[in-house]
Amino acid sequence: MKTLIFKCLGTAIFTFALLAGCAEKDGSVPGVLTAGMADKSYVPPGELDEFYGFFSGGFSGQLSVYGIPSGRLLKVIPVYSQDAEKAYGYNEETKPMLNTSHGFVPWDDYHHPHISQTNGIPDGRWVFGNGNNTPRIARVDLTTFETVEILEIPNSAGNHCSSFVTENTEYVIGGTRFSVPIPQQDVPIESYKENFQGTISFISVGDEGGMDLAFQILVPGFGYDLVRAGKGKSHGWAFFTTYNSEEANTLLEVNASQKDTDYIAAINWKKAEEYVAQGKAKEMPATYAHNVYHEDTHSATSEMKSSVKVLDPKECPGIIYYLPTPKSPHGVDVDPTGEYIVGNGKLSADMAVHSFDKMLSAIERKAYVEEIKGIPVLQYEETLAGTVSSGGLGPLHTEFDDRGNAYTSFFISSEVVKWKVGTWEILDRAPVYYSVGHLMIPGGGTVKPWGKYLIAMNKITKDRYLPTGPELCHSAQLFDISGDKMELILDFPTIGEPHYAQAIPADLVAPNSKKFYPIGENNHPYHVKKEDETKVVREGNIVHIYMSTIRSHFAPDNIEGIRVGDKVYFHVTNLEQDWDVPHGMAVLGANNSELLIMPGQTETLLWEPKEIGIYPFYCTDFCSALHQEMQGYVRVSPSGSNTPLKWWLGDPPS
Amino acid sequence: MKYTVFLFCVSLTIASCGGGSESQESSSNQTPQSMVQSEPAEADPMLNKGIGPITSVTLGPLDQALVDEGKVIYEELCTACHKPTEKFIGPAPAGIMSRRSPEWIMNMILNPEQMVKEDPIAKKLLVEYNMAPMANQNLTEDQARKVLEYFRTLE
Repeated sequence: MKTLIFKCLGTAIFTFALLAGCAEKDGSVPGVLTAGMADKSYVPPGELDEFYGFFSGGFSGQLSVYGIPSGRLLKVIPVYSQDAEKAYGYNEETKPMLNTSHGFVPWDDYHHPHISQTNGIPDGRWVFGNGNNTPRIARVDLTTFETVEILEIPNSAGNHCSSFVTENTEYVIGGTRFSVPIPQQDVPIESYKENFQGTISFISVGDEGGMDLAFQILVPGFGYDLVRAGKGKSHGWAFFTTYNSEEANTLLEVNASQKDTDYIAAINWKKAEEYVAQGKAKEMPATYAHNVYHEDTHSATSEMKSSVKVLDPKECPGIIYYLPTPKSPHGVDVDPTGEYIVGNGKLSADMAVHSFDKMLSAIERKAYVEEIKGIPVLQYEETLAGTVSSGGLGPLHTEFDDRGNAYTSFFISSEVVKWKVGTWEILDRAPVYYSVGHLMIPGGGTVKPWGKYLIAMNKITKDRYLPTGPELCHSAQLFDISGDKMELILDFPTIGEPHYAQAIPADLVAPNSKKFYPIGENNHPYHVKKEDETKVVREGNIVHIYMSTIRSHFAPDNIEGIRVGDKVYFHVTNLEQDWDVPHGMAVLGANNSELLIMPGQTETLLWEPKEIGIYPFYCTDFCSALHQEMQGYVRVSPSGSNTPLKWWLGDPPS
Repeated sequence: MKYTVFLFCVSLTIASCGGGSESQESSSNQTPQSMVQSEPAEADPMLNKGIGPITSVTLGPLDQALVDEGKVIYEELCTACHKPTEKFIGPAPAGIMSRRSPEWIMNMILNPEQMVKEDPIAKKLLVEYNMAPMANQNLTEDQARKVLEYFRTLE
């Protein structure tokens, strides 16, 4: 009994420690499990996050959606890579989304997500994102969280300085990281300096989101690395970093790092618009795909375009200037006022900050050092506002809070450094684990930062998580930046390699999120509006199955008269009209994927049975207590057989 | 045994920490009990208005325009489970006006999730129909009223 009392006492003390919160009258929370750091990112079960975070997947090709500050993964949106889970790029409806002038390209390297803006403030309508490898820009609609448009960029290679938007989403910007002959030609690689060029692309965005390649600007054959649009006073301009102004074509690791400075290219896009309106742009033949997903037909179309308007700076003075910037600058970031342009010189210890006002004055006074192919190069001192001497190594990217502070990621010294805009003094520095690339503050690149959290996206994970063989996920680290000192409050894993992320207050997005597609608005060419309309139609060796789903049956669920050699299209309409009731559909031997059909939607799976027999199909997404019963059979007879075409649910046709 | 001691002590500790847990426990104990008990003596189903947004429906002379619209809505949103005159995934609505109150019918259409959990008739029907859930097809009250008018024509 004594032992029991001791045990009970010991357990009670232990339990008390667990529940310590209820014991402390002063509100303090002693003990490891209730430490303040964990509370700051803790979102209790049943409560919702304060921000949506949109993280690029890099080489995964997709866009992932996280809740911030919890780090909960909410959704992975397929953008550039086929996704068998959602049938994206596998079903007949979405295959056209991945069409390009090179044919079907089922992968890309998704780099920089950027949320649409109104008056410089993220507005929660769309997330744009660039494909780096086969140059493209994609648009995700934030009512459905689906990819609804992809536009290929011609005359481009390595569309890296993208997909940043201007202040009112007038344009999404793109550009060439890899210069190439424009138009393409069969020339010696050694003729780089003679034949290779870059282009900067301005893609206009309509009121409903539709993208159009408005114009391109021909530029010297440097690497155009990143871009930010001007804001406030600098609205109408865009600022690009360059590297390889040496124009090397081999061993760039050494040969593109020879000069002390490369350039920030300042482009006056409003001036460029004027030249286009005056007819100064040349129509250049170019082949590029424009793919649009139509919500009413639940289907995408792909249109091949044939020309693009191109401006040559030699004929259009005043549209572009070069600002010398040390040294191979990577990120370029504009502060919330639009005055300061930060060049993150990745091979330098210091960062040069240019002044927009000083730049305008230097342009007016023609304070040029030289011209490169008709582009004036401004004197370095004439545009320089100040230098951030951080003591860090390898600055890559900078974001801002709403209190006049800037935060820069340092890859080589593995840290985030906080500094004061205007005085350039260092205020704080925090180590990251390890080797941070991009960093992000909600709204931190816009006129309205919500400066509560900062997320570092780290390239190296090593010992931070349990080992998973040679490959480790990339980690994100969440900091509370509301105080003077940055405080690390959470690690969470990411998908692929996030090259930048953006976050937005949840209340700007969540109220617009769709719950289902009204069946009455379904205009898919093979939809059914009710079970009575389901049928099977043979046209030669092509068979169309008009099928419906509802908890928990397919209609029809028995089909006979299919033959070896047929191309069978399952057109499946989900008749449900309630939130979060998708149905799946998979059939034995299908060479593509399953279908995952949202309520009110129609999707199509192509199935080509190669052997006779009975083939089951079933629902793959648990839908009700009778989900396991949601199944059916297709009978496949020999090629040329006379098995009558029949289909039914319940009583077979007589 | 060790676990028993541990749990006993933990529950003591929790109980001592704050009030309220006792009443929560007793209410959570009641729910499963009522689920296994048979329902009390059958009440007149026509007096059961169900649970949901509809508290009162006045039926006037049959409105043929409403009937026609209701039939279209019913065929589009309901027939995957309910054939008008024969038992299918769910019961047939033929004759329902003499079995259920108009309020119950509309609440079953508009608020099926709560109905199958709490309404005695709906709970019984769920068991009778193999636990096939009544799907919420998100009709508006206006649409549900039209479907009700259509049901008046199904004898």
